[in-house]
Amino acid sequence: MRTKIQVISSTAVPLPIEHIDTDQIIPARFLKATSREGFGKNLFRDWRYSNDDEAQPNKDFVLNDAKFSGRILLAGKNFGCGSSREHAAWAIKDYGFDVVVSSFFADIFRNNALNNFLLPVQVTEETLATLMQLVLHHPSTEITVDLPAQSIKTADGKVNSGFDISPYKKICLLNGYDDIDYLLSMRDVISSFEQASHKTFAA
Amino acid sequence: MGKTLFDKIWEKHVVKQISGGPAVLYIDRHFIHEVTSPQAFDGLRQRKLPVFRPRQVVATADHNVPTLNQHLPIKEAMSRQQVAALVQNCAEFGIELYGLGHPYQGIVHVIGPELGITQPGMTIVCGDSHTSTHGAFGTIAFGIGTSEVEMVLATQCLMQSRPKLMRINVDGHLQKGVTAKDIILHIIAKISASGATGYFVEYAGSTIRSLSMEGRMTICNMSIEMGARGGLIAPDQTTFDYLRNKPYAPANFDAAVAQWAELYSDADASFDLELHIDAASIEPMITYGTNPGMGIGVKQLIPQSETLTEQEKQSFRKALQYMGLQEGQAIQGQKIDYVFIGSCTNARIEDLRAVAALVKGKQKAKDVEVWIVPGSQQVAAQAKAEGLDQVLEAAGFQLRQAGCSACLGMNEDKIPAGKYCIATSNRNFEGRQGPNARTMLASPLTAAAAALTGVVTDVRELLN
Repeated sequence: MRTKIQVISSTAVPLPIEHIDTDQIIPARFLKATSREGFGKNLFRDWRYSNDDEAQPNKDFVLNDAKFSGRILLAGKNFGCGSSREHAAWAIKDYGFDVVVSSFFADIFRNNALNNFLLPVQVTEETLATLMQLVLHHPSTEITVDLPAQSIKTADGKVNSGFDISPYKKICLLNGYDDIDYLLSMRDVISSFEQASHKTFAA
Repeated sequence: MGKTLFDKIWEKHVVKQISGGPAVLYIDRHFIHEVTSPQAFDGLRQRKLPVFRPRQVVATADHNVPTLNQHLPIKEAMSRQQVAALVQNCAEFGIELYGLGHPYQGIVHVIGPELGITQPGMTIVCGDSHTSTHGAFGTIAFGIGTSEVEMVLATQCLMQSRPKLMRINVDGHLQKGVTAKDIILHIIAKISASGATGYFVEYAGSTIRSLSMEGRMTICNMSIEMGARGGLIAPDQTTFDYLRNKPYAPANFDAAVAQWAELYSDADASFDLELHIDAASIEPMITYGTNPGMGIGVKQLIPQSETLTEQEKQSFRKALQYMGLQEGQAIQGQKIDYVFIGSCTNARIEDLRAVAALVKGKQKAKDVEVWIVPGSQQVAAQAKAEGLDQVLEAAGFQLRQAGCSACLGMNEDKIPAGKYCIATSNRNFEGRQGPNARTMLASPLTAAAAALTGVVTDVRELLN
């Protein structure tokens, strides 16, 4: 999953629902695997299929609508709320998305996404509404997310906005670094901290 | 300027502050369970790393375990393999495991406090969003993803940015029949399921002070349901009395108490946001929708969508359609099919006592199925010692074995499609308790009242 993120230009998949929790993204019954791979096939499982049957795709759900495809997912506010399951980020990435655009992300999901090189792009309610309408009416609309410039644009200029990202995380995503590399380099400092602050624990 | 409780703890755990970025935050205690840890252990193996501080990690099996016949092998193959992987990983990496069959086994957020592993002033994490529960003891406790579980296993640290701080003050006397669960459902309904995103929440005020540790845990537990990464309450005599004589309590307990007593927000500490709640105005609460912010007093009507924006309307109507309920409809009297009393929110001994006191000598409604799932083996043993098991079984309630159970339906404890379940757990998301199951969140008292009548009931009417 460790892939550098720079500039992504793609069509998008619109999901104009608010408060999409991680139980919808990947239901608990699919969390029994002990590896990180293969969760994409169960992404939005209960919205995608009727009666949990892959032979009965729910034709009203956007992932089953051939008009829409791409590496960018557009979703309503408070995306990724609820359970901390990182499987949600794995499922979205494994399905083929590299970016999620919303007006608001839940904190744990945002961290999980960043740790898996899935870029959460937070825009205003107005920008999100404009993007949704553009994509719903013109599914071929191409959106460009430029991480170095921290911008999100459409070719027709109807959307041209900036987005925030922690400078630390930006460097990580641009270069393919993850937190654990940095923390491992700090182990001696951590040991000194433990001694200085008398961190000893009875077992 | 005085310091907040949060900052007093945070500052003691910053190993290094990256300028303009996150801090390297030291973690005192790390709880793990079978569902969100296997990939983290795989990561350690791939990097050929040991667990950095195995004595600060404690494991249990809870999410995926059966609640009947725990002495037998787990029937479902993938669940069995996941629990077996936890046993193998704990053995290989030298981690204490309170697994199936151990008298300390139970829901991770129930056993940490009841063993005294959770102590004031600590930083605590777990690969589970309800880690916020431990904040009831005056800790910085929050849920993390599996990549972060791997980081803590490898270095006992995380990269974290300091959150904004909110204080919610609850003052005054609660009405009879109104509990800690109603307080937190009331707060979430007021500020919405995303109202505290980006914040840590300190709960304060006379009503919070008057709560038992169990009640405080119920409140902190659901902080995540309004988006807060965590919630915390300053420790006091109630906290110290709870922890004394627990298996993991500090050897020099009085010296520890002297330090813990310094953990409070100074009078002139400031918060990014402060709210005030009048306890007397809180009614027994129940949810009608598909996120925990969609809650009302049991006597109120389900809201109308007229006042919502176009974007909000779509989600609101989708939620009511899923629940099979109408705008403007009364919730009281709504027929229910199942009652689930359990989860890290409300499966502690106090919850079981409250339920038993209400239903003693009574019978459940004929067509309602009632599951009571204790939060831990110790809670189950205590309930038995007090004779609560007989009271509950005499009422027709089914008392099961410890685990997360129907809160998330990972094991076989699922609510059938289309059925209504009053649950004392924390999430009413679509499909949370099973595909197309309809969940209504409430307190143990309100759940028990519905078990007796078969419909959504105002428990105050049964108490009078």
